[in-house]
Amino acid sequence: MIKNISNLGDAALYCDFGNSINKEINSKVIRYFQSIRNQKIQGIINLTPSYNKLIISLDLTKTNFNKIKKIIENISLDPLENLSSKKIEIPVCCNEKFSLDLERLEKKLNLNRNKILDSFFNKEYFCYMTGFIAGMPFLGDLDNDLQAKRLETPRVRVPKGSVGITEQFANIYTFESPGGWNIIGNTPISVFDKSNETNPNLISPGDSIFFKRIDINQYKNFNE
Amino acid sequence: MNKNYFEVFRAGINSTFQDKGRSNLHHVGIPCSGAMDSRNYLIANSLLENDLSSAVIEFAYQGPLFKYHGENINIAITGDVIFKIKRDMTEIQGSCNKSYLIKDGDEIDILSTNKSVYGYFAINGKFDLKYQWGSCSINTKAQLGSNNGEKIYDGQKIIISKINSLKSTKELNYINTKIEKIRVIKGTNYDYFSKEGINTFFNKSFTISKLSDRMGMRLEGHKIDNIVNTNIKSEGLIKGVVQVPADGNPIIMLSDYGTIGGYPKIGVVISADYDKLVQLMSGSKIKFQEIELPEAETLYDLYQMETKNIISQIK
Repeated sequence: MIKNISNLGDAALYCDFGNSINKEINSKVIRYFQSIRNQKIQGIINLTPSYNKLIISLDLTKTNFNKIKKIIENISLDPLENLSSKKIEIPVCCNEKFSLDLERLEKKLNLNRNKILDSFFNKEYFCYMTGFIAGMPFLGDLDNDLQAKRLETPRVRVPKGSVGITEQFANIYTFESPGGWNIIGNTPISVFDKSNETNPNLISPGDSIFFKRIDINQYKNFNE
Repeated sequence: MNKNYFEVFRAGINSTFQDKGRSNLHHVGIPCSGAMDSRNYLIANSLLENDLSSAVIEFAYQGPLFKYHGENINIAITGDVIFKIKRDMTEIQGSCNKSYLIKDGDEIDILSTNKSVYGYFAINGKFDLKYQWGSCSINTKAQLGSNNGEKIYDGQKIIISKINSLKSTKELNYINTKIEKIRVIKGTNYDYFSKEGINTFFNKSFTISKLSDRMGMRLEGHKIDNIVNTNIKSEGLIKGVVQVPADGNPIIMLSDYGTIGGYPKIGVVISADYDKLVQLMSGSKIKFQEIELPEAETLYDLYQMETKNIISQIK
């Protein structure tokens, strides 16, 4: 199922599953990721699943590229039914003070605010990967009419909890960070909790996400 | 009662607590972090007979000035660092790779690194720190690690939770050397660049930009021509990856890297050269040399053996 395994430097395997981005390819990546992780293979110190690649980082004092390549080529994958996948609801408030780019998007997409939000909320999303910053989920796929490029000049500070869209994906800024996604709202939920060491991320690759629209009062009362 | 502590008069430019870093968190979005120059980090702990994964203070360019309050303690500083120790009215010039006995009221002034970036300060014992995922390493970008993920600050009290039994002071005769060229393995998007682009990368020297930190080292001077696409579909990153964004100026990912990135990868710095790479100052020149995987693996084994050999010479 892996198309090709090459080396990324001397301390990582670069597993290529293809070039397209879709749920089917990404599910294969996630299945390999979960299976390798469960098998706790000596010398593997990190796994980075993404849309269609899996990077496996090595501890060179314990192993090397060729040894791990052989193991991965012959690995038996966990049965599909054992793969974890949660359904998670994320409340999002699109009040003007949070929807920083909605006006810009109306022009970019040639759609009015309600159309954009209806299309955004009326959907089940799939988590392709988490990362870039801790806990940030990359969720897809948006309808074609919602697909916009990133901001030409990224913001220096995107507020924590911001929900953004770009191309076919939606994401959530787990903490304040620079970024260039089109921000349409904000969630009061904490998507990344660094005090929870076993499970810091609310959303993991493979999970299903539903966004639920809430108003400013529900937002304010959310954490009370 | 926390009666043993350092009172920070001047924190320095980028002083953080570091150890070996944290692993198995890439899928969550958390990089390894940890001491940038692992050899000098290991030497610091070895001089004090600490567990080799103990926490130290890492500083960049200028280190802290602090005053010690408490029972006698041993300290050591590694790297290539200019520092002074003041006791009563006398002041001595400190030497790296040597442990010292420090008494109540002594001041340590880490003035600067010498033609290098990072230095390490260790004690024979434990700092009182918060650990996250088994590591105290501070990642200021993700606000993770001890000190609430913030750099050490002016006026802070650095509390010591444990002092190991005092040892006679130790010394090591070791000088940090520089290498002429940083060796690189071809990256996974090598064919995104024109022949001239590749030639530029391996034959010209680049200047290290001031915009370099624990997350990345930006290079400038020559632009590398991309003939395929200036973006790739976002995928995982590791330390040492050389990315070339649309402006053609390479960026080398360092220990606090973002775990996912979308720029083409022209190369990856070999593990054996990473410690030397991070010590190159902003403003200095850097050149690359291409090598193959088997050679890189041998060089890493040799580098590890050399580190062990250096540590075994501590007397």
